[in-house]
Amino acid sequence: MTISEHLPALVVVLPLMAAPACVMLRHPFAAWLVASGTSWLCLLMSALLLRQVADHGAFSYQLGNWAAPWGIEYRIDMASAFILVIVSAIAAVVSLYARASVAHEIEQSRQYLFHALFVVCLSGLLGIAITGDAFNLFVFLEISSLSTYAMVALGRDRRALTAAMRYLVLGTVGATFYVIGVGLAYMMTGTLNMADLAARLPAVIHTSTAQAGLAFLVIGIGLKMAAFPLHFWLPDAYAHAPSAASAFLAGTATKVAVYAFLRMVVGVFGATGILAVAAMADMLMVVAVLGMVVGSAVAIWQTDIRRALAYSSVAQIGYVLLGISLLTEAGLAAGIVHLFNHAVMKSALFLALGSVFLRLGSVRIADLAGIGRRMPLSMAAFLVAGLSMIGVPLTVGFVSKWYLVEAILHKGLWPVAVLVLLSSLLAVVYVWRVVEVMWFAKPSALALTAVEAPLSMLVPTWMLAGAAVWFGVDATGTMAVARAAAAVLMTGVGQ
Amino acid sequence: MTIEGLPPGLLMIAGALLLPFVGAAARRVMVLALPLAVLALVWMLPEGSGPALSFLGQSIAPLRVDALGRLFATIFLLMAAAGALFALGQSRLLEGVAAFVYAGSAVGVVLAGDLITVFVFWELMAVGSTLVLWAAGTPSAARAAMRYVQVHLLGGVVLMVGIVAHVAATGQTAFEAMRPETLGTWLILAGFLINAGAPPFSAWLPDAYPEASWSGMVFLSAFTTKTAVYALIRGFPGAEILIAIGLFMVFYGIIYALLENDMRRILAYSIVNQVGFMVTGVGIGTEMALNGAAAHAFAHILYKALLLMSAGSVLLMTGRRLCSDLGGLFRTMPVTTACGIIGALAISSFPWTSGFVAKSMIGQSAADGGLALTWFLLTAASAGVFLHAGIKFPWFVFFQKDSGLRPADPPWSMRLAMILLSALCVGIGVFPGLLYGLLPHPVDYQPYTAAHVVEMLQLLGFSGLAFFLLLPMMKRTRTVTLDADWLWRRPGAAAATRLWTGLAAVFAELTATAAAAVRSVADHARALHGPRGILARSMSSGGMAAFALVALGLALVALYR
Repeated sequence: MTISEHLPALVVVLPLMAAPACVMLRHPFAAWLVASGTSWLCLLMSALLLRQVADHGAFSYQLGNWAAPWGIEYRIDMASAFILVIVSAIAAVVSLYARASVAHEIEQSRQYLFHALFVVCLSGLLGIAITGDAFNLFVFLEISSLSTYAMVALGRDRRALTAAMRYLVLGTVGATFYVIGVGLAYMMTGTLNMADLAARLPAVIHTSTAQAGLAFLVIGIGLKMAAFPLHFWLPDAYAHAPSAASAFLAGTATKVAVYAFLRMVVGVFGATGILAVAAMADMLMVVAVLGMVVGSAVAIWQTDIRRALAYSSVAQIGYVLLGISLLTEAGLAAGIVHLFNHAVMKSALFLALGSVFLRLGSVRIADLAGIGRRMPLSMAAFLVAGLSMIGVPLTVGFVSKWYLVEAILHKGLWPVAVLVLLSSLLAVVYVWRVVEVMWFAKPSALALTAVEAPLSMLVPTWMLAGAAVWFGVDATGTMAVARAAAAVLMTGVGQ
Repeated sequence: MTIEGLPPGLLMIAGALLLPFVGAAARRVMVLALPLAVLALVWMLPEGSGPALSFLGQSIAPLRVDALGRLFATIFLLMAAAGALFALGQSRLLEGVAAFVYAGSAVGVVLAGDLITVFVFWELMAVGSTLVLWAAGTPSAARAAMRYVQVHLLGGVVLMVGIVAHVAATGQTAFEAMRPETLGTWLILAGFLINAGAPPFSAWLPDAYPEASWSGMVFLSAFTTKTAVYALIRGFPGAEILIAIGLFMVFYGIIYALLENDMRRILAYSIVNQVGFMVTGVGIGTEMALNGAAAHAFAHILYKALLLMSAGSVLLMTGRRLCSDLGGLFRTMPVTTACGIIGALAISSFPWTSGFVAKSMIGQSAADGGLALTWFLLTAASAGVFLHAGIKFPWFVFFQKDSGLRPADPPWSMRLAMILLSALCVGIGVFPGLLYGLLPHPVDYQPYTAAHVVEMLQLLGFSGLAFFLLLPMMKRTRTVTLDADWLWRRPGAAAATRLWTGLAAVFAELTATAAAAVRSVADHARALHGPRGILARSMSSGGMAAFALVALGLALVALYR
């Protein structure tokens, strides 16, 4: 038994163990060191797992050596390994940034709590990605959610408390729906193992119990991933959470929820063929398109830029869902690659904004006038990531758009393709409006006081902004992984 | 990859991005040397395609050199150098960087061998040109830039859908001649035409360009529309619909230019008009017509830049842009006046200027092809060009009344740029072989026949006479019927002019209605999505939970059969 065999367990357990360590250390810097070191280790382990899957194919890890379907199985295939890498990469980069940002935004006596919650959340998110057990997924969902609520509540003013409370109520409703859905499926099949569920569901899918289970799952996970029209909790949460938390959550939390959707709805229930038969896929498409348009439109008029970015996330989740709703491998691949691409660019935007908040204490659009001249490097990163949101060629946003449009046209859905591209024009407005104020307006009195962000925040911001260009120029790697992941998830649906 | 494998456009862009990091003195040298160095590189590259690369799972050829691409790359780079010389005194660094990114992207488009590379550079061009516009720094420029970028990204969207569909249908990414037959190729054509300033999107051009700075508009006039002309020549030679579209643009430009009072807006409408000639040429599609379109694009970039440089000099030295505020400047701005007149003669196709040797090929090819109506309209339009750009611009700006302004000629760098371009305009006119040798097809055309020269001089003479006879009416430019009066002797043209006058009124009405409709949609959208809109409000937890329940109900209904 070597350590490498236990990587699947370690990648979840290590951050979970790091949390009490943070709490016991209490010292902000020590706690940060533990959290950041853990995040980077998780990234290393995730990358190793991805390589293992790429080299030798999917494999399982039996927790405690209890064989599936009775024991809990961790299942690592292309889809889960990709999500592991996305989540741990964002966590690693944000953790670098978190030290200075958290030191500024949270009072010293509570900073260690942030770092502890950060690793707990990371553990939960990685767990969701790696588990092959429907109920175990619920457990990790709760681990990540509870830590997230607390992280949001650590926000800078008291509105963070209301936002966290709302998020808690809605998140709990979502989690409850999810567990009801799993319960109903368990009732009909007697198993919680995903592979086992996928094998047994086709026989019982005609029952209204199983169908109701699916409905609960869809809405439950829909709440978690803030799909339109279940997104109302998201803008407040992102706007009032500490900057580092916003960046981390924007890049990971909704993505992992989408992964849960892919796994449970497409992977498990998709095998029954019900998605194609029932109006499910069509409804999903309508909701996705509405989300795309409404999210972008609302973002245009927001005065708090973090809220604008949160609404833009709602729109971006729409793109992903649209890809999924096509129920083709190409569509799924386009959705999955967008998970990565969106995580990179949206986190970069939030990190750049966090730097502004550090210097100005505000991210209202009026206060940002002329900030580009005072903080050129941070705001250049914002510009790069913003261009990527619009989908300018040679950025990741363009890669996503290209593959999504290709997949849509492959199904002959012309009007939808045009809608996708038109909604990207809305992105031009909400991004450009900010860029214009930042770079072209006369500096406000507040902006004149600002200086460039510290290196420990600039470097992570540019790591992500750079990645938005790097993977935009050469998308071969990300797209190959996304295709393989889509193939894994489609195995059931294709039949 | 060696330097030969890199698209020259990319080198230009990379050089542009280095500009902010060099000292002011070095920058002055670099802006002049860079385009010329890239130009030399273009001419050293062997004909044919560079190495194929893979992007987005497709095989692409970012570099393809042939006569057509090289012609356009040459004029773009010459123009970048001339524009940089003119703009040497421009203190806004952003404008220079953006202009070079813009020029580099245009070069990238014309030297691209596949549609995906074309699209990538196409979008970069939109970004670069928007920033040039933005760099003017006025609020109206910022608003114009926002409208401008929306139109261009919309064009990009249309183009992208077209390209994706075309690539999916044929499995080919190569950029070769196509027919507008499938939805994919139609959309590609539409995407190209939006950038060319074709109806119903002609208005973006005169809306945006005049808001640029005195030097910015010189750059703007050169690249976007001419890149579109290149794309049409390459992609859709002989597509008949282009004849009608081109003729529409020709007359649209003339009519609005005659109505206009802002000197740079006159010249902006004139761009639409001139591009209309080129689009018509592409539509005719014979070798001579395509040669004519390419040659006209080459010549037009030079003389339109020259005209805009003289207008830019006037703007810089006086701060005024309306014809009615200007006049009598010839006394103190002799160089600017002389250069402006040479540009005006060139755009009017006066013999021994570049316009004469280039544009006449298009008219000749229409005559050769038996397209009588097209030939009539093009000839009539030539008179119209002389009226609005050839006489109206120089007369009202430099002569007419004495406005009392006594500005000096602009600094030496601007004068030098104007003189160089004037020399090119005349040089090409006197030695047309220089230009003809660059054209994509072998040229068997002699512009200087006695009949041709006499015909042109007559045409110009009579329209010049008409201008001065009707001068009082030209000043009150609202009296549009005047066009119909003097063109009466040319029945086809008269009818067309009347028709367009009527249409112009209808068009204005329609735009007003459309603007009202857009405004009402915007108000509506704001009510829905705005800060206090239904969709943007923070809901109570109970409300949100209720929402989730409703959604669950719907999902159950959807599944229940």
